[in-house]
Amino acid sequence: MIMSWLRSVLFPLIAVIAAFVVGAIVVLLIGDDPIETYRLLIGSALSWPDGIGYTLFYATPLIFTGLAVAVAFRCGLLNIGAEGQLYVAAFATAWVGITFANLPQILLVPLACFAAVAAGAIWGGIPGVLKARFGAHEVINTIMLNFIAVALTSYFTQYYYKAEGDPIMQTRVIGQNAHIPRMGSFVPGLPWRIPLNVAFILAILACVLVYLFLWKTRWGYEIRATGANPAAAEYGGIRTGRQIVLAMAVSGGLAGMVAIGDVLGYRFRYYDGFSVGYGFTGIAVALLGRNHPAGVFLAALLFGALIRGGLFVDIFSDNVSKDLVLVLQAVVILFVAAEALFRGPFGRFGLLKRSKV
Amino acid sequence: MEDLFSIQLLSSTLRLATPLLLAALGGLYSERSGVINIALEGLMLAGAFTAATVTHYAGNPWIGLLAAIAAGMTVAAIHAVASIHFKADQVVSGTAINILFLGVPALLSGAFFQSTGATPQIPRGQLIPNAPIVIAFLLVPLTGYVLNRTSFGLRLRAVGENPEAADTAGVSVNKIRYIAVLLSGALAAIGGAYLSIGQSSLFTRNMTAGRGFIALAALIFGKWRPVQTMLACLLFGFAEAVSIQLQGGSIPVQFIQMIPYVLTIVVLVGFIGRARAPRSLGVAYSKE
Amino acid sequence: MDKRIMLELRNVTKRFARVLANDAINITIAPGTIHAIVGENGAGKSTAMRIAYGFYTQDTGEVLVDGSPRSIRNPADAIALGIGMVHQHFMLVDTMTVSENIVLGAEPGSIMALDMASARERIRELSASFGLAIDPDARIEELSVGQQQRVELLKALYRKARLLILDEPTAVLTPQETEGLFAILRTMREQGKTVVIITHKLGEVLSISDEVTVMRDGRVIGTMETAKTSAAELARLMVGRDVLLSVDKTDAKAGAAVLAIRNLVVQRADGSHSVDGVNLEVRAGEIVGIAGVEGNGQTELMEALAGLTPASGAVTLNGQDIVSADARRRRELGIAHIPEDRHRRGLLLDFDLSENSILGVHHRKPAVGVGPFLDGKAIRKRARTIVADFDVRPDDVDLPARALSGGNQQKLVIGREFDLQPKLLLVAQPTRGVDIGAIEFIHRRLVSLRDSGCAILLVSSELEEVTALADRLVVIREGKIVGEADPRTASAAEIGLMMTGGQSAGASLSAAERSA
Repeated sequence: MIMSWLRSVLFPLIAVIAAFVVGAIVVLLIGDDPIETYRLLIGSALSWPDGIGYTLFYATPLIFTGLAVAVAFRCGLLNIGAEGQLYVAAFATAWVGITFANLPQILLVPLACFAAVAAGAIWGGIPGVLKARFGAHEVINTIMLNFIAVALTSYFTQYYYKAEGDPIMQTRVIGQNAHIPRMGSFVPGLPWRIPLNVAFILAILACVLVYLFLWKTRWGYEIRATGANPAAAEYGGIRTGRQIVLAMAVSGGLAGMVAIGDVLGYRFRYYDGFSVGYGFTGIAVALLGRNHPAGVFLAALLFGALIRGGLFVDIFSDNVSKDLVLVLQAVVILFVAAEALFRGPFGRFGLLKRSKV
Repeated sequence: MEDLFSIQLLSSTLRLATPLLLAALGGLYSERSGVINIALEGLMLAGAFTAATVTHYAGNPWIGLLAAIAAGMTVAAIHAVASIHFKADQVVSGTAINILFLGVPALLSGAFFQSTGATPQIPRGQLIPNAPIVIAFLLVPLTGYVLNRTSFGLRLRAVGENPEAADTAGVSVNKIRYIAVLLSGALAAIGGAYLSIGQSSLFTRNMTAGRGFIALAALIFGKWRPVQTMLACLLFGFAEAVSIQLQGGSIPVQFIQMIPYVLTIVVLVGFIGRARAPRSLGVAYSKE
Repeated sequence: MDKRIMLELRNVTKRFARVLANDAINITIAPGTIHAIVGENGAGKSTAMRIAYGFYTQDTGEVLVDGSPRSIRNPADAIALGIGMVHQHFMLVDTMTVSENIVLGAEPGSIMALDMASARERIRELSASFGLAIDPDARIEELSVGQQQRVELLKALYRKARLLILDEPTAVLTPQETEGLFAILRTMREQGKTVVIITHKLGEVLSISDEVTVMRDGRVIGTMETAKTSAAELARLMVGRDVLLSVDKTDAKAGAAVLAIRNLVVQRADGSHSVDGVNLEVRAGEIVGIAGVEGNGQTELMEALAGLTPASGAVTLNGQDIVSADARRRRELGIAHIPEDRHRRGLLLDFDLSENSILGVHHRKPAVGVGPFLDGKAIRKRARTIVADFDVRPDDVDLPARALSGGNQQKLVIGREFDLQPKLLLVAQPTRGVDIGAIEFIHRRLVSLRDSGCAILLVSSELEEVTALADRLVVIREGKIVGEADPRTASAAEIGLMMTGGQSAGASLSAAERSA
């Protein structure tokens, strides 16, 4: 038991360290000082109130997408479509916020949140159905749906919901009643200008709910069994096709929750291009967090810190840009994936082997 | 609408199909040997960026092309080591490469050119707009020959279908797979290079816009066979050419942009059942 | 006969993790002979020959070819020394042609151009000399099993093999194909080739081999001229003890029919029938055993009865039609299933014992507490009960199933299924990969379940097990029930005859030792 605990912590740690080492080399190649860069990176992420405030703010969407990818992984699926799912959700939420702006807040906010989750769940469910019914690999389908989602939301924004004369590709603002409060409203010492909002609380709640869902309900058991060994799941009377769709829908819904924080608590509108790759970062977060809500939470904090630090580095260093963070992410993924050598058959990817790409 | 079927459309189709074809053929070698290569997108980006950067400094697109090939092979080597030696899940490893190449070009271009991802424009005389097209289409019969008439091709096919049988016959499964993956890196890089120093004159961030995945879809559509893959690429190229022609018309641009992606999904859903993938595709080989 | 020794294993030892597969063995193969190596499953015969073929390397000892010690590190080395091997599971690429498969790894021509024409020529020559008729351009997937085996032989001959090792070559052949193979082997011997045949079928050994080596539990027990020994003696050496597997059981008190099957058909992907019109009845309180050579439809029959594969025909449980019921429904109706491959079907290896213990009943009480929530306490309590009752060791329900030995994993699966208090139990290969102590335990529990009124349908490839446990015995061949026998009185020879369709060449160990 101790051994597996140790491994749970050790391997992600090695992956992170390896990422930083590679990152340092890249920084050197670019001509900057790695120590200075990392000092800037980490320092700017941990200061109070701005550092921690923004770190948690950037971590919030990553918790959602990390959970999304983790849930899909538990069913043996690779959800690369979180990006598209959150775009669709963001538009849906903004649409609700604009169209029903006259509803009282107590109705409007839940309605908008529901729209986010539902839209994401549908967009995630589509590749789930395609896989369950036709065996079509979810990786390519989700990627294609990402592009389609961006195109669709862009279209609707441009032709229907843009403010008149506004050159920026964004919708009109949502009604005041759709706004959700910022943490600065009730945390002492945290200024209101920092966009960290109650979506963060929602994210923590989501972690708890996902944990309960996966390990304490029969639905979660069925999803995990399907991911671990589809043949045995079938033997146990589980309809694996249904689990695939369910897992992808839940995954999409989780990804969609990113919209709650961004649209209802930050920009108050749908803004084309609002996601800085949250969907893809979610993959790294899930892998690093070993597809467990607690791990996802911690990994999201780490990556949130990296995004915050990355922005700072971008502005204040000579040559390094925020894309360094992408490099760090990719190395983390590679190292975590390579760990398969030490863990024996990668049981949870049983389903991935079934479909053909 | 009458000029829909014109010479211009045909030449557009060829030009748009070329990067797809190059990447798809690269993917063909890799997948026929049993290694899923989701990283075609990242490999193309690596090739595109390297070609543009090196051509800028060297003033010669052929050197840029060679550098791109080297870069593609190097990046492919990462995927190869991760999935063949470390037996990492091939899809995850490929995805990591794609993420890597969203970021690396931007970082490096920031360092070299102080830009956010684009390389400087390359003067007309230093572009190679036609050679890659020829290379791509010549590779089709060449690939067919290699696969069916050479011992390398025979072994590659065996490794992809039944690596144990190949191993028993004395063939080194992993060596063949390494070569195949490196080849896919080289070809995908040429495809990417064509984008930056053939079709246009610079590299912009994420300029492949999903072509690597569309190439993969074409490969599946083409049942992992060279000629059919070529036809699939031509089909996708045609769709893109048509969509460009229709732009500015009454149909909103976003719908036109969506066509290749929707088509890809249709292809995957409609044909995946019938296409028989190489049997050992996606499964790392280890002796019992 | 030339007195030189073709192949010799001297003092060879090979250990795999917990298992000592070869324990200082000495095997000598004379050239130009057909040499049989016999032993039960797990005796170490395959391991020994795989060392000779370079698949494994021995821990200690030497391998000598033509009298000189050689280092054989991989199959290529073995091939270079003139050793070829035909495996039990063919190593062929289905989508490629016969010629392509034969030349793989030894391709004629230059790097740039395969010379398939000369390959085809040579293949035709070899076919003619050895009586191995085959179409060089046919694709493997179009060939019958017997024909595929010929391709494997040609592969070895193409590489100029002087010594051919055949691992359980007749396991998948019909009796006619077996005779065909033996004719080919005799031709090879006439042409100066040496053949080693690994088998556990004594009838075949007596009919084809010149010399025979007996192995047991990783050791060589003896080598002798076939003409000078008998089936009885070989059997005694192979098994080393009084084998008659007896299970203490009283006669069955059978009640009404629980399971009734009429004309059950299961289709393969290509439309042919793996189960071809089976009629069968299992009554309460009896064990019906299905005997048969593996691959004759037993697996598909069990999977269909468990609701895991679609089938047509009439299947009723206590009169109720269940032919279209899914797996979950069947379990709810009281059908339990112990699958033949517990790793693939029966267990979630990375999950702990508690979570494994609810597989199949995870959606209802007692696993489920309030609403959709699982009742962790109740689950663990039930798991602990099962583990204690079925002597699963170690008894820590938080351990992953992977950590248990085969026998304990099987006991867990059995305990879980028995806990359903089923009306009908489908059990396939109950003691495969299970150690002796657990085997006896499992057999006793099966009998006591029968005594409590459950109907049990048993499939096993171990004939002793079926005859010891079953109250009624039927034989399956090519998807049909071809005969019935009384397990108490029928001889293994009779049953073997039904299993293989007439030729006594396929008679197994039990036949030999029963007539001893």
